[in-house]
Amino acid sequence: MKETTVREALREALREEMKRDKTVFLLGEDIGRYWGGAFGVTKGLAEEFGDERVRDTPISESAIIGVGVGTAITGMRPVAEIMFGDLSALAMDQICNQAAKIRYMFGRQASVPLVIRTPFGAGVNIASHHSQSLEVWFMHTPGLYVAVPSTPYDAKGLLKTAIRGDNPVFFVEHKLLYPVKGMIPEEDYIVPFGVADVKREGSDVTIFATLYMVHKALAAAEKLSKEGVSAEVVDPRTLSPLDKQTIVKSVKKTGRMVVVSEDCKTAGVSAEIAAIVAEEALDYLDAQVRRVAEPDTPIPFSPSLEQFVIPDEKSIIKAVKETVR
Amino acid sequence: MVEKTKLLEMYQLMLQIRYFEEKVFELYGQNLVPGTIHLYAGQEAVAIGVCANLHPNDYITSTHRGHGHCIAKGADMGKVMAEILGKKTGYCKGKGGSMHIADFSKGMLGATAVVGAGIPIAAGAGLSIKLRGTDQVVACFFGEGASNQGTFHEGINMAAVWRLPVVFVCENNLYAMGTRQSIVMAIENIADRAAAYGIPGVSVDGNDVLAVYEAASEAVNQARKGEGPTLIECKTYRHKGHSRFDPATYRPKGEVEEWLKKDPILRFKSKLIEMGILTEQENEELSREAASAVEEAVKFAMESPFPQPEEALRDVYAEEESASQK
Repeated sequence: MKETTVREALREALREEMKRDKTVFLLGEDIGRYWGGAFGVTKGLAEEFGDERVRDTPISESAIIGVGVGTAITGMRPVAEIMFGDLSALAMDQICNQAAKIRYMFGRQASVPLVIRTPFGAGVNIASHHSQSLEVWFMHTPGLYVAVPSTPYDAKGLLKTAIRGDNPVFFVEHKLLYPVKGMIPEEDYIVPFGVADVKREGSDVTIFATLYMVHKALAAAEKLSKEGVSAEVVDPRTLSPLDKQTIVKSVKKTGRMVVVSEDCKTAGVSAEIAAIVAEEALDYLDAQVRRVAEPDTPIPFSPSLEQFVIPDEKSIIKAVKETVR
Repeated sequence: MVEKTKLLEMYQLMLQIRYFEEKVFELYGQNLVPGTIHLYAGQEAVAIGVCANLHPNDYITSTHRGHGHCIAKGADMGKVMAEILGKKTGYCKGKGGSMHIADFSKGMLGATAVVGAGIPIAAGAGLSIKLRGTDQVVACFFGEGASNQGTFHEGINMAAVWRLPVVFVCENNLYAMGTRQSIVMAIENIADRAAAYGIPGVSVDGNDVLAVYEAASEAVNQARKGEGPTLIECKTYRHKGHSRFDPATYRPKGEVEEWLKKDPILRFKSKLIEMGILTEQENEELSREAASAVEEAVKFAMESPFPQPEEALRDVYAEEESASQK
């Protein structure tokens, strides 16, 4: 095992898969020699693999994905980067009408092995067009898989699975996670889709969390343990496919559920998870399900405003206490 | 000069498309076609003039008005018709319908019903060819309406700057649904837009199959040599309205009649007779053959079963077992 960051883990996955399979290539804005991507994930890869396989594109999100789709249905394995997740809105037709539907509407004549990497998440004061968490849009789109890694281990293993698979994958990265450290194996490994990871075991309450919220949930669980509350933290790792079984099993064990998600509360990820628990584990609940999510606003700029809307450790602890009292 | 047998093959395929579309219209009238239809009748010279230059492993992308493109690229008319009727034996097993036919075995990468969406996908197929190092080319069909979409700008710019082997074929049939070109564009020739991307742009008589063939031949050769894309605008006309609901009353009096005089099939027929390649008698024979091939396609489609309802749940993901976890 070795210690690395999420950023480096992602880069290693890209490098290893590009070495392993010459049909894998990268495209996106400023991912090449000069920047290596706005968050530095692809730094050094253009030097190693050349400009043809690490391809700087015009600022044309719709065509970045469209070109990705065209290469994917003709024998390549593209990994497209959308510089900020909010900008995926510019490519919605290509993502949701084309990439997601081609396999189905053409009666399984083609696969679309396209990976779309993009960072979501607030917390770095870059306001409404660069901070949102929109993973639920893609979770709501049949034909797409949605990966939401929270650690270097999961980031590398899930990205490898995404690249090797034959489905289009919306691969969510969280801006605040890039420098986060963790241990990964020296040797090749993958993390399968649809298998949740219990990041901390507990017996009194289940906390569901994704991406950066996993770390806030773990910090909250640590504090709660000092007050005698044993919290289990379940990280789904992929929202689609979703490992309902692990979530429901945990709730049946603890009898309490707090759903934490950085996206807006209304019709958000937390709504779907709460609905699943209501459908499949209602009789096991000893308290109402609590949701900790962003209020239904765009992400504001000023640090005081921004911090107010992002779910934090305190709000998670408060929600847990409401369920266990 | 194009060989005699090739010219007759092209003529035969144009006849097939025309009979096919007339049959679709007829079946629609009998309530046998679910949903809607967008007929290609009148535009046959474009698909045929372009596809006659393509190899079997070359690619095309198509649109909601795509039956003609399929037939031109060598698709099986029976499976096209079966798809239009929503049958299990259709190209997409009844999941796509008239607006989403694909035949990947023939390089027909599918019809998208989102106007202009096929343009970046075609550029992507071109990039794939470049990265894989083959000598294939892509022909990308779209209408003049699509040239107002952002995807037109983004996709052609990318193909141009990367010198991708794509031929962009704009079928200018004057109307985007019911909106005449002059209402939404300050230019007359879509081909003029090519200059903005630093690629050649040509406007041709889209009802003259040989003119389309010549323009496409040059563009395809250039693409195959790695010299980048071309934008070809084919001026043409659809004989019917936009879709099944459209009586097309927005067309000025006499316009349809004028264009019917320029029918691409009649013109090609006269040309072939003038060239001494075709006689009236041979024409009748070819017409009978084309009509009978279409009849066979209809028979196959009509006799085919509808898909089982549960089929609706399949093919969403590559690994069905993973999907079932959802």
